[in-house]
Amino acid sequence: MFEQNSQPSQVTSSEAEQLTVDQAIANLKQTEDLGLRYYAAWWLGKFRVQEAEAIEALLAAMEDEEDRTSDGGYPLRRNAATALGKLGDTQAVKPLIRCLDCPDFYVRESAAQALEMIGDATAIPPLTKMLDGGLEAAIQVAGKPHLVQPYEAIIEALGTLQATEAIPLIEPFLEHFFPKVKYAAARALYQLTSKSLYGDILVQALERDELQLRRSALMDLGAIGYVAAGEAITETLAENSLKLIALKGLLEQTLSGSVKCSELSPESIKMMGLMDTLL
Amino acid sequence: MNHKTTTHQLIQAVEDADSADGLLSAVEALADACDPEAIPTLIAVLGYNNPGAAVAAVDGLIALGETAIPSLLELIDTYNYGARAWAVRACAGIGDPRTLDLLLTSASSDFSQSVRRAAARGLGIIRWEKLSPQKANIAQNQALETLLLVCQDGEWIVRYAAVVGLQELALSVGKTRPDVMEQISIQFQSMVDTETEIAVGARVKMALGKISSLSR
Repeated sequence: MFEQNSQPSQVTSSEAEQLTVDQAIANLKQTEDLGLRYYAAWWLGKFRVQEAEAIEALLAAMEDEEDRTSDGGYPLRRNAATALGKLGDTQAVKPLIRCLDCPDFYVRESAAQALEMIGDATAIPPLTKMLDGGLEAAIQVAGKPHLVQPYEAIIEALGTLQATEAIPLIEPFLEHFFPKVKYAAARALYQLTSKSLYGDILVQALERDELQLRRSALMDLGAIGYVAAGEAITETLAENSLKLIALKGLLEQTLSGSVKCSELSPESIKMMGLMDTLL
Repeated sequence: MNHKTTTHQLIQAVEDADSADGLLSAVEALADACDPEAIPTLIAVLGYNNPGAAVAAVDGLIALGETAIPSLLELIDTYNYGARAWAVRACAGIGDPRTLDLLLTSASSDFSQSVRRAAARGLGIIRWEKLSPQKANIAQNQALETLLLVCQDGEWIVRYAAVVGLQELALSVGKTRPDVMEQISIQFQSMVDTETEIAVGARVKMALGKISSLSR
C-alpha cells in the first residue's frame, strides 16, 4: 500500500517545521481552530509522538463531534485513528474497535487500518463481523465511490492479524467486482494459508492494464514475500524502484531464518541477481 | 516489421500513439530499428511516464551504444527525475567513459534516489579499456572514491547499488589494481558488520564471495 498523505493542503510546510510536540498537543486539545486540530492529529502520527499526553489527546479526538463535513463525516476522527495506528499503543484498541461502528466510512477504514498496524488480536471478532452478509452485501453506496464497508482494509487487517478463523468468510471476496478488494482477499488468504494459488492471483494482477493495480500488486507481493513471483515482478511494466522494493520483500523472505548463517541460499542469490538487473 | 517501414514512420508512430500499450509497441519497433535517427525520440520517451515504454527505449539506446552518448548528455532532463533516472541507466548500460562526470555527480548528489541508484551501478561498469592506462587509473580512483561515499547513502537501494558498483569495479580492475581491490574488500568487510538493512547486508556477502573467487 502507498502511504496516504492526509496532510491538509492549506497548511504550508513552514508551519509544519514550526510545530513542536507541545504545540501539536495543545493544538489538538483546543477547539477554536478545527484546521489546526486536524493537522495536529496528522502530525502526531507522522512523527510518531509516543507521549502519554499525545495519546490521551488523540483518544479524546476520536470522540469529537465538532469537526464535521457537509455529509456528516468526521475528518478529525479519521486522522486521529490513523495516528493512533502509527503510534501502536494498545490503549487505542478498544476505542478503535468502537470506531468500526462509526457512520463515517472513512473513519471505519482508518480504524481497520490502525487496528492492523497495532496488531492486537482482540480486533479479530469485530473486524470479522463487518464481513456479515458476505459478497452479496458488499455493494457500492449509491452516489459514493466506495462500498458499504471498507472491505479492503478489513480483509487486509484480518490477514495481518492471522485470523485463520476468517478464511471461509474472506474466500468469497476473491470474486468481488472491485479489483482492490479481490486482491486484498488474495493477499490475506496467502498470509493465512501460504497456498500458492492465492499468491498466483497477485502475480496475475501484475499483467493488468491499469498501472495502479500493477503497482498495488507489486507492493502486496513484496509485503507477503511471495518468492515464486521473482521473475514476474522483474518483468512487470512498472517503475524499477517499485519492483526493487517488491523484490526486497521476497529477498528478505528467502533470508529469514538464516540471518546469521554465513552461506547465502541459491534462492537468495537468484533474487539478488534479479534485483541487480533493475538498478 | 515490414522492411519498407522507414525510421521516420516508426518515429511518427511513437508520436501518434494514443494508448500506453500502443506506445509500448511503437517504441519497441523503433528501438528494434537500431537507427541513430531514432535517438532523440527514444530519449523523449524516457519522460513519458510509461515505465514499459521507457524500458524499451533504454534497451534501444543501449543497443545503439556510443552513438547515443552525445545526445544523452545533451538532452538529460534536469526537471523530470524519472526521465533522468532512465537516461542515467542508459548511460550506465553503454559504459562510455564520457559519461564518467555525469555518473560521479549523479551518484553522489542527485536528489532522486532512482538517479543515484542507476549512477552508482554505472560507475562499476565503465569500459575502462576505452581510456589510456593513465587516464583509466585516475577515472577508476574517482569511481572508487565516489562509490565508497555512496555506501553511506541514507537509502538502502542506493547503498545496494553502490555495493554492486564496487563489486563490478573489483571484478573488472582488481587484477591490475590490487590497491583498488583491497579498498573494496575492506569496505565490504566493514559493511558486513555495520549494515542495518538485511537486503544490503546479503548483497555485500554475495559480492564478497564473487571478489574472493577472483583473487583465488
